Amino acid sequence: MSASERGWGGRRRQALISVLSWPPAQRKERTGNRNAEIMAGKPKLHYTNGRGKMESIRWLLAAAGVEFEEEFIETKEDLEKLRNDGSLLFQQVPMVEIDGMKMVQTRAILSYIAAKHNLYGKDLKERAWIDMYVEGTTDLMGMIMYLPFQPAEAKEKNLALIIERATARYFPAYEKVLKDHGHDYLVGNKLSWADIHLLEAILMAEECKPDILSAFPLLQAFKGRISNIPTIKKFLQPGSQRKPPADEKFIAHVKKIFNM
Amino acid sequence: MSGKPKLHYFNGRGRMESIRWLLAAAGVEFDECFLETRDDLLKLQKSGALLFQQVPMVEIDGMKMVQTRAIGNYIAAKYNLYGKDLKERALIDMYVEAIIDLDELLMMYALQPADKKEQYLANIVDKATNRYFPVYEKVLKDQGQDFLVGNQLSRADVQLLEALLMAEEYKSDILAKFPLLQSFKARISNVPTIKKFLQPGSQRKPPLQEKDLPKVMKIFNLGQ
Repeated sequence: MSASERGWGGRRRQALISVLSWPPAQRKERTGNRNAEIMAGKPKLHYTNGRGKMESIRWLLAAAGVEFEEEFIETKEDLEKLRNDGSLLFQQVPMVEIDGMKMVQTRAILSYIAAKHNLYGKDLKERAWIDMYVEGTTDLMGMIMYLPFQPAEAKEKNLALIIERATARYFPAYEKVLKDHGHDYLVGNKLSWADIHLLEAILMAEECKPDILSAFPLLQAFKGRISNIPTIKKFLQPGSQRKPPADEKFIAHVKKIFNM
Repeated sequence: MSGKPKLHYFNGRGRMESIRWLLAAAGVEFDECFLETRDDLLKLQKSGALLFQQVPMVEIDGMKMVQTRAIGNYIAAKYNLYGKDLKERALIDMYVEAIIDLDELLMMYALQPADKKEQYLANIVDKATNRYFPVYEKVLKDQGQDFLVGNQLSRADVQLLEALLMAEEYKSDILAKFPLLQSFKARISNVPTIKKFLQPGSQRKPPLQEKDLPKVMKIFNLGQ
């Protein structure tokens, strides 16, 4: 087995090398038993090993070029433990350990990351537009996310509603924004959370219907452009922390953990 | 009356109420344009005034803002109800998001079928008293301050008060086990701008009456 196959490629190797350069006493204290201690300082995401409500957070961190760790909730007991630890302010995940806080509530987490990494516009008005656009894509992605949890007989109707909303309500709005100002990005002629969120929504919608952007040439160009931003391009490649769509098996697994 | 924010919604609480609360708490006068019929909504949609064809919509500072959270964020930031730095904002956001979740539960009660209402109410009371209120009680206890964040009035305090009063409408003694929330309620209710909003004749809306539900459902094409 090669070093990289054993998991010693990339970040872990670099982290180990940097630790080995520390004075021995500090090295011993810091390495402990887990590599996680070497990587202290990175945001740590607590969620199931799937998209759900955490995926937008993964996208935003990745786009901002922020490395993060993940601790996956595999069983009901894992969730109970987090709750009993007092780690979850409202007994819910997503939870992200970041900058000394145990942050909960998806939007709170996203707003914090966006503001911290300059993806939230330059003033109050730009922030207002970003918020409006992000709320729209949140609504659309929410519909797609909940689709597998709807009763089976309603699935076809709900899928049709998603496609209708995407093509008659949301995509026309964003197409018009891009058309009216002719810029590369939605707000302030600069990459923001709104662009990253819209790309995520577009790709998710295309998983529902591959040609869903056919009537939206500017969104197609937008998709190409934003996908090519280096940090995002990296996130879109296999092996990144991006999660695949949930399959039947995973849905059943999640339902069990969350008592749904 | 130009210059004042103008709120577009039906003449009831719904998703616009928290915005009315915030503006009132900030001492900002506002106008309201009520949707009375489905045609009013269709007209607004056709005019291109609604980014995603939805209300609430608030005309403010030259923008036609939509999406409740976006509007709330803007007003809070503009009127200094959003903390002094990123970390205070993060706390306010966490507290407010949970309050919005509770508000949503309360709001959906009216839409439950009659035979599900009792069970739904029990769930509301359970979540309020076991998940949400204990958190805010603890925040107040741990800090020993008058406000939730940064020792000054913020959006979190305003929205928590709104939620407490709404919860009491469902169960009048719902705060029985939360002495600090009770004193918080009294204290924040006495902030002059909020006290004024709580008086009869203000733009605060009453709870939705059963008899008004069909009209609202018709405007928004719900349950048909």
